[in-house]
Amino acid sequence: MQDFAAQTVVSVTGLSKRFGERLVVDNISFDLQRGQCVGFLGPNGAGKTTCINMLLGLVEKSAGEIRIFDLETPRFHREIKARIGVVPQADSLDPDLSVEENLHTYAGYFRIPRRLARERVEELLHFFALHNRREEIIEHLSGGQRRRLLLARALINEPELLILDEPTIGLDPQARHLIWERLAILQAKGTTMLLTSHYLDEVSRLSQRVLILDHGHVVVQGEPRQLITDLVGLEVFEVDGTPAELDALEASFKQCNARLERVGDKLYVYAREDCSRLAKVMGEAANWVRRPANLEDLFIQLTGRSLREA
Amino acid sequence: MNGFSFWTIWLRNGRVWKKHILATLIGNLGQPLLFLLAMGYGLGRDMAAVEGLTYLQFIAPGLVASAVMYSAALETTYGSYTRLTVQKTYEAILMTPLGVLDLVLGEIVWGASKGLLAGVIMLLTLPLFGVVPSPWVIALLPVLFISGMFFAAFGLIMTALAKNYDFFNYFTSLVITPLFLFSGIFFPVETMAQPVKGILAMLPLTPIVSLARILCYGRFGEPVLLKIIGSLLITGGAVWLAGYLLRRRLIQ
Repeated sequence: MQDFAAQTVVSVTGLSKRFGERLVVDNISFDLQRGQCVGFLGPNGAGKTTCINMLLGLVEKSAGEIRIFDLETPRFHREIKARIGVVPQADSLDPDLSVEENLHTYAGYFRIPRRLARERVEELLHFFALHNRREEIIEHLSGGQRRRLLLARALINEPELLILDEPTIGLDPQARHLIWERLAILQAKGTTMLLTSHYLDEVSRLSQRVLILDHGHVVVQGEPRQLITDLVGLEVFEVDGTPAELDALEASFKQCNARLERVGDKLYVYAREDCSRLAKVMGEAANWVRRPANLEDLFIQLTGRSLREA
Repeated sequence: MNGFSFWTIWLRNGRVWKKHILATLIGNLGQPLLFLLAMGYGLGRDMAAVEGLTYLQFIAPGLVASAVMYSAALETTYGSYTRLTVQKTYEAILMTPLGVLDLVLGEIVWGASKGLLAGVIMLLTLPLFGVVPSPWVIALLPVLFISGMFFAAFGLIMTALAKNYDFFNYFTSLVITPLFLFSGIFFPVETMAQPVKGILAMLPLTPIVSLARILCYGRFGEPVLLKIIGSLLITGGAVWLAGYLLRRRLIQ
């Protein structure tokens, strides 16, 4: 039992949040095990950020229990936050201060002794390739450098749990890859992570578990590959064509164990078995691709195609 | 254990301030110094003595108190509101072990420190105008700090309520400017008829202005203790209210 507790970093039970009449988070439960990276997914407005803010004690919960490091939050928010690192979605760096000063100021909030702080700042500047920019004022940094500095800042207290809210939003592929590489190193060192992102390739790459949230509920949680196979299928055919062509193809695909979806001039075939024999039929259609089913298919299947902010 | 954590926020603000030192000092001291010059030197030359002081001597201590008020209140309105909204500094701070109470104390003590600094610089310039304070002026410093705490807390209350920067126009036009004009800096409140005298005596800057005048010249004619206790009480109340309102705004 004690071992179990030591392995469970975050334990959320029956958590709800009501803003006036609106129930934003509705009775959700999940665990986060030590060393795991959990992808926390959902369309905009699904309740992800509210959940994270409740973990940090920045939003008061309406019901339920949150335990982090086996301590109850918000009661022990100081003790808990001393062991957490957060990369917020919005840039909250101090624009008037230099790269180095930003890190030292943050170290001060954690009351890290000066000498130790200097060592860690040095390490982090190198780890995130910012050492040549230490004197630079934040305003002069590129988007990628700012995100790296936000990550470095989140690691100043050597956190056991890292909360990443859209860590690579708006970055170019080079910058994203550098951040993924660094996060993989941290994972290998055993840092537990909670990751929210709309880039589902990023989530597949980094997470061992995903949890999909919609309208304040947990729609599904589990190991991503398993969920994709169980709920979406093995592979996906995407076919473009005229309505008549697609109608004909739909009929022939009925022979195979697959789920069909029509979106405009496109037919999606989510195959639950090997449908290779149908590729011949498809050859006649104007344009098609065949690819493995992925997390994005799962996400769309579970949360729908309609825009949430329309 | 964490009683002094707010100090780290003070240090953060100090770090930023060091980069804009000149602009903030000129911004905060310009007005009281110009008033001292125009009213005290310009207008005051032809005026009769007030309470046994030349007009310049009469208004100088009050202008010191007003410099504290302006500096502290501006810091926790425009400055704090920028940290709350544009820069998201508070959000970043609340993701560390610090809580809203640390934030509120850090901001208020910081505002009061800036206020005290403005007051001290004003005091140091007085000899240039021929106003030489008595040794009692040392006792004025904690009074100015308390007043700085009050106006910093008052500013932070406005910040917690503000929806945009324009909101602070109400604060300066309807609160700060009237206090500047009617707290006994430019005319003696004592000689006014009731009920005006009673109303003006209740304004938060009035006891500070008269304490400044008493301690600046070491002329103890009026009771001092009541003014100090009253100032401490309203300061405590304002700090509490600022904490309550900012918490309501930050923790949903």
